[in-house]
Amino acid sequence: MNQFDYRKLWLYMLLVGFAVFYLMPVYVLLATGLKSLKDVSVSTMWLLPTHPSFEGFEGAVKKLGPNLKNSFMLVIPATLISAFLGSINGYVFSKVRFKGDNVVFALILFGMFIPYQSILFPLIRFLQWVGLYNTIGGLILTHVVYGIPITTLIFRNYYMEVPDELVEAAHIDGAGLFGVYWRVLMPLSIPAFVVVVIWQFTNIWNEFLFAVTVTSSPVKQPITVALVNLAGSQVVQWNMQMAGALLTALPPLLIYIFLGKYFIRGLLAGSVKG
Amino acid sequence: MVKKWLVVLLVAVVSVGILGLFVAGSFAGTKNELEIFSWWTGGGEEEGLNALIKLFHQLYPDVKVINATVAGGAGTNAKAVLKTRMLGGNPPDSFQVHAGMELIDTYVIPGMMRPITKYMKEWGAYNKFPKAILDMCSYKRNVYSVPVNVHRGNVVFYNKKIAAEIGMTKPPKTWKEFIKYLKLAKKHGYIGLALGDKNKWTALHLFEDIMLGKLGPKKYNGLWKNKVSFNDPAIKAALETMKEVLPYINTDHSAMTWQDATRLVFSGKALANVMGDWAEGYLKTLGWKPGKQFGWFAVPETSNAFMVVSDTFGLPKKAPHPKNALRWLKLLASVKAQDVFNPIKGSIPARLDADKSKYDVYLRWSMHDFATVALCPSIIHGSAAPEGFVTALNDVINRFVTKKNVAQAMKGILQDAEDNGYLVK
Amino acid sequence: MRRNRGVGLLVVLPSIVAIAIFVYGFISWTVRVSLSNYNSFSSLLRGVYRFVGLRNYYRIFSDWRFQTDLWNTLFFTLFFILGTIAVGIVLALLIDSRIRGVKVFQNIFLFPMALAFVVTGTTWGWIFNPGDFPKDPMGVNLLFKQLGLSHLQWGWYTTTGHIGPFNIALIPIIIAAVWQLSGYAMAMYLAGLRGIPNSIIEAAKVDGATPWQLFWKVKFPLLKPITLSAMIILGHISLKIFDLVYAMTGSGPNNVTDVPAVYMFELTFRANRYALGSSISIIMLVMVAVVVIPYLFYSMRQQKEVRL
Repeated sequence: MNQFDYRKLWLYMLLVGFAVFYLMPVYVLLATGLKSLKDVSVSTMWLLPTHPSFEGFEGAVKKLGPNLKNSFMLVIPATLISAFLGSINGYVFSKVRFKGDNVVFALILFGMFIPYQSILFPLIRFLQWVGLYNTIGGLILTHVVYGIPITTLIFRNYYMEVPDELVEAAHIDGAGLFGVYWRVLMPLSIPAFVVVVIWQFTNIWNEFLFAVTVTSSPVKQPITVALVNLAGSQVVQWNMQMAGALLTALPPLLIYIFLGKYFIRGLLAGSVKG
Repeated sequence: MVKKWLVVLLVAVVSVGILGLFVAGSFAGTKNELEIFSWWTGGGEEEGLNALIKLFHQLYPDVKVINATVAGGAGTNAKAVLKTRMLGGNPPDSFQVHAGMELIDTYVIPGMMRPITKYMKEWGAYNKFPKAILDMCSYKRNVYSVPVNVHRGNVVFYNKKIAAEIGMTKPPKTWKEFIKYLKLAKKHGYIGLALGDKNKWTALHLFEDIMLGKLGPKKYNGLWKNKVSFNDPAIKAALETMKEVLPYINTDHSAMTWQDATRLVFSGKALANVMGDWAEGYLKTLGWKPGKQFGWFAVPETSNAFMVVSDTFGLPKKAPHPKNALRWLKLLASVKAQDVFNPIKGSIPARLDADKSKYDVYLRWSMHDFATVALCPSIIHGSAAPEGFVTALNDVINRFVTKKNVAQAMKGILQDAEDNGYLVK
Repeated sequence: MRRNRGVGLLVVLPSIVAIAIFVYGFISWTVRVSLSNYNSFSSLLRGVYRFVGLRNYYRIFSDWRFQTDLWNTLFFTLFFILGTIAVGIVLALLIDSRIRGVKVFQNIFLFPMALAFVVTGTTWGWIFNPGDFPKDPMGVNLLFKQLGLSHLQWGWYTTTGHIGPFNIALIPIIIAAVWQLSGYAMAMYLAGLRGIPNSIIEAAKVDGATPWQLFWKVKFPLLKPITLSAMIILGHISLKIFDLVYAMTGSGPNNVTDVPAVYMFELTFRANRYALGSSISIIMLVMVAVVVIPYLFYSMRQQKEVRL
């Protein structure tokens, strides 16, 4: 019994040790965000503010507010469309199949690995050509398209686990392609949807490269760009930057806190197989 | 059944696109608007710009001003976005651009800008600017942009308390003299020269100031007009001097930004900092008063020169609202606008007839020199040379700071100059 | 299900077309630019295309900065993958012990994934800022001093020291990257560990396996597919890493922390050398493809599922 307790003690010590490492940057963000501009300096970064000041947070909220709205207008439709497209694609690639589908799937999948720098310029010219440049719609389109590989993959793997018999049975009952999808697979796919939603939500929310190049006017830019914009070209107000960084991180953090266990459960359920 | 679903799916995918098209369409240049593009997003710059917009609004209350800003990296992000927009034939009505090659080489020579000489004369502003500044905004005798402000690049800011302690009672005239003080500062336990080159450009900023001193303003300006060769012994001498200075910089320079470096002076850790005079604005926001806690002097051997960093605004050919753009430029060219903007931004007006009483003691010193000494275009701030040259030179100097290899750096400089068609023989 | 095939193809057609344009079409455009003379803004603008063959590639490979970048990528990828996988396994084992309160820790380890690289890069840049040590240390060096461990201070990402071609200034960036992605590795391994049938574990215990043996002889081999897919995912992230390095250190002194994506960004958006920049992005693409394509084909053949 005694030995058992030692083991636990060790485990806790290790867990706490790792936790300190994982939380260190958050501490720095908080401590700096709560300082006034005058007190901010790299040399006092480990110290809590002597006179906590909300100057940074006030400034950040004031400046980032409108862009927060843009981010939601971008992330919510983009995530939902991505998830829907992914699930219908996943269904076709796992259960319906067509000639050469494996090759096509591999070609689609490769799209998730490309360095986005290699398509940035043509992307922008394309969006300008179709008139979607500098619109949130353009950003939604971009994220939906580059989200196709990962969402299709997650759903395809997930539906692979669903026994073919279930699908066959529905067919015998007279359901068509969409009937099967709607009645059999959709209700089963909640864990996969959770994983895809978490994944797309955080990725799109945090994305910077597309955001800064596709939307050029500040009234349309998402929050990550506005966050970088908090840094003036000459005087960087670090306290406001850090406070802004915390604000920017809040929505995806909340998603993780509330849906994190479903994420692991989703992985367990085989939605991201592996 | 199947068909119905298929339609729903296609509608879902396509509707996003169409929605976007409508949004884009509604923003097309039919309204009475003015879109100004800049990287003035923080501190005094933003306030200054807002003051200008307010002024514009008083004059033209029915024009809706769109203030498009992109921040970060001393304007590098903004420049990238701007180029993309110009490329797509989607320019703003007017945009911020440094006087010199950044304007001429990138936008004027490819034929994207409209000359404004005629208007400048009409507004009575043409002869109110120093000729050297208008020359930087001109190509083939046509002016292409209105200079709004001027920063000086070749200034040393120093901590007066430390200077008194080590006995630096009057500004050193030469690098030899200055290095003597740097050595003394080190002996007293201070950093001699604060440098923050995490973003690279500050090292080149220091080097171009040393180079200006060694060449002198006339030869320095000759480099860009293909009258002086980059093989001039003065450039090698500048590298040698920089090498002598490097032992007196802070060891963590590559982890710092220029603000951090200026702060080393503010927090009493470093004697001095070579920086553009935006550092003066920064020291003021930290609570210091010019002349009281900190002093300044022109970078040694360059007191007869003024390294110009000037923000200007131009008129793109495809500007959606050219009428409003011209109104904006007319405003910028006026004394009133320049005197509203510059005291807030912490720079001096490009016009010579401004009201001096609106500026602090440092800026008055700078205004005096601006009107009297030789004006030289900055390399790192985009005025002297094309951006390709600057980026490559940046790499050479960045490597030099570590390797301290004069011959290697010299070879790099010559290769870069040759690539860009400058004299190297 | 056969009768549905035509419809199935129609359903995925929009996605296929989108990917064909946005991935393959755009890549071809970039390849075309990389073989051109578009090395200034005006030449790109005028659009007078001149084919120059592989000249841009030749130039970039003979560029000392790019050579440094390739070495940096190699070492960064190597240590980043090793570190993330090692930490991920340890965390997964700790969480899998199912002692009380473990859920809280699980969330703590997972949360860095929710943050933008731009945010974490800036913060880690502060933490590993060495300061003017030993006199005036900052960040971790300051902590060392306060803990009386001053001898541990070093220049972190500002040091130009190297072991062979490995620039040790990369270590802090590797730590930051491991910090950000080890939670993800943990989640993958945790899913794997919980997928191991209890009967196998019990059988091994009955055979008298120590916990050590249990892990190395039984669990680890069963987790092999997970390790492989983790390597692929982490590998492609590290080959194209940009935001983190850009926000945290930039290129560093003498480019000790420079990576191809940062150089590509500078060449394209600062120097207007579009053709050179494009050739770097195509080289990056090829590096990723060399890792990923064999894996994709292998997975497609081996099993119906692609494990990622």
